[in-house]
Amino acid sequence: MARFGFFGEALPDIDLEELKGRLIVLEGTDGVGRSTHIGLLKQWLENNGHAVLDTGMTRSPLAGKRLKQAKEGHTLGGITMSLFYATDFADRLENEIIPALRAGFIVLTDRYIYSLMARAVVRGADPEWLREVYGFALKPDAIFYLRVKIDDLVTRVLQSTGFDYWESGMDLHMGEDMYESFVSYQKWLLAEFDKMVENYGFQVVDASGTIEEVFEDLRSRVERAVAKNGHHS
Amino acid sequence: MAGGMKMYGKHRLPGRLFVVEGIDGSGKSTQLMLLQKWLESEGYVVYFSEWNSSPLVQDVTKRGKKKKMLTPMTFSLIHATDFADRTEHHIIPPLKAGAVVLADRYVYTAFARDVVRGVSPKWVRDLYAFAVKPTIAFYFRTPLDVAMKRILGGRDAIKYYEAGMDLGLSDDLEESFRVFQGRIIEEYEKMVDEFGLVAIDATRSIEEQQAEVRRIVTEALTGTKRTRIRRWLDLASLAKPSQI
Repeated sequence: MARFGFFGEALPDIDLEELKGRLIVLEGTDGVGRSTHIGLLKQWLENNGHAVLDTGMTRSPLAGKRLKQAKEGHTLGGITMSLFYATDFADRLENEIIPALRAGFIVLTDRYIYSLMARAVVRGADPEWLREVYGFALKPDAIFYLRVKIDDLVTRVLQSTGFDYWESGMDLHMGEDMYESFVSYQKWLLAEFDKMVENYGFQVVDASGTIEEVFEDLRSRVERAVAKNGHHS
Repeated sequence: MAGGMKMYGKHRLPGRLFVVEGIDGSGKSTQLMLLQKWLESEGYVVYFSEWNSSPLVQDVTKRGKKKKMLTPMTFSLIHATDFADRTEHHIIPPLKAGAVVLADRYVYTAFARDVVRGVSPKWVRDLYAFAVKPTIAFYFRTPLDVAMKRILGGRDAIKYYEAGMDLGLSDDLEESFRVFQGRIIEEYEKMVDEFGLVAIDATRSIEEQQAEVRRIVTEALTGTKRTRIRRWLDLASLAKPSQI
């Protein structure tokens, strides 16, 4: 029996039996330290002899560059934006993630369909529709949801890059004030993520501690996910 | 997406949406162009929308096609993205304003092409669930041989994806085109009942087809907004040199 499965309708021309690697997802809102931990996990896994592919959103060769430009121009409608992200995701899934899984790699991905769905729902897309659209996604081996409270998030963002247009959800026109918009938008996203915890079997990781503490927790969870054999429940 | 996301058949918009569908060489674009001329001469506010025309997505599609980097899935999704942009910017706003919107190809093109490429019929229908249901969708029914003759008789060369060369049906472009378009026809035929497409016999003369199209469109136009009736003679008189 194949280890992997799809959420909904299958991708054409994919033999699930061939996929031998592991698919591990890190999710969470902006600024929770996903990329830091992916970097650390990658190094640790490689030191232990695993081949690792790390990947993230809006990096696909097909649509990644254009997606960035379109965002800068702020000209995308809500449905268009959702589908542009879905295209980009499909390109990465078929051309990066699946080949790597076929070759036996551990794939660490910075966000997955959950972030894409949360952002789209907040922008008015129908949740049921999104589930159908993303039905072609592979079910991951493990989804680690790095969760912090909104206050911690504000502090972290202020310490790093500051508020940006998209992370503050300014395209939703909730108000002129970037701080207030950021708080409302990120709270909204957190609520969407919290709804998904049960539906999609997220493992909630408390990300409010130090980098070392969070990494310690993540590492033991990843260890278990990698050791796990057999197919998905 | 203010007011939530509306699904196929649930939009309530004052305008009218007429679409033409059919394989390449069915003559649908000619028929739509003739319909547009007539509607304009009758004083309707007409807005024309083409498949694959949004500038936003166009270069991604072009690049993907040129480099042959599209899989059936990304081919499907990139066209759906383009179609979403068209819907949000070029179809819904004019329909809200009460205009007559004409579309050369619509969601049914995607349903036919993507399914022939191996994408799940259910998935692709769900994908396009945000589309506005057309007032009338015309399907120009053409036997493959007739379409082949029209296409090979001139126009541009057959393109890689149009011929379904990505499916590996045949190394010969013309043969691949024939097999691919034949399968597209099968998909269209299934959709006639499923979506109530209005089939037009595209082997008849252009004039006969246009007369039928206009008759059907006329019935569906009751209550549609018109500006003043502007005929070409009015324009001709404007172009005359003024008499002193």
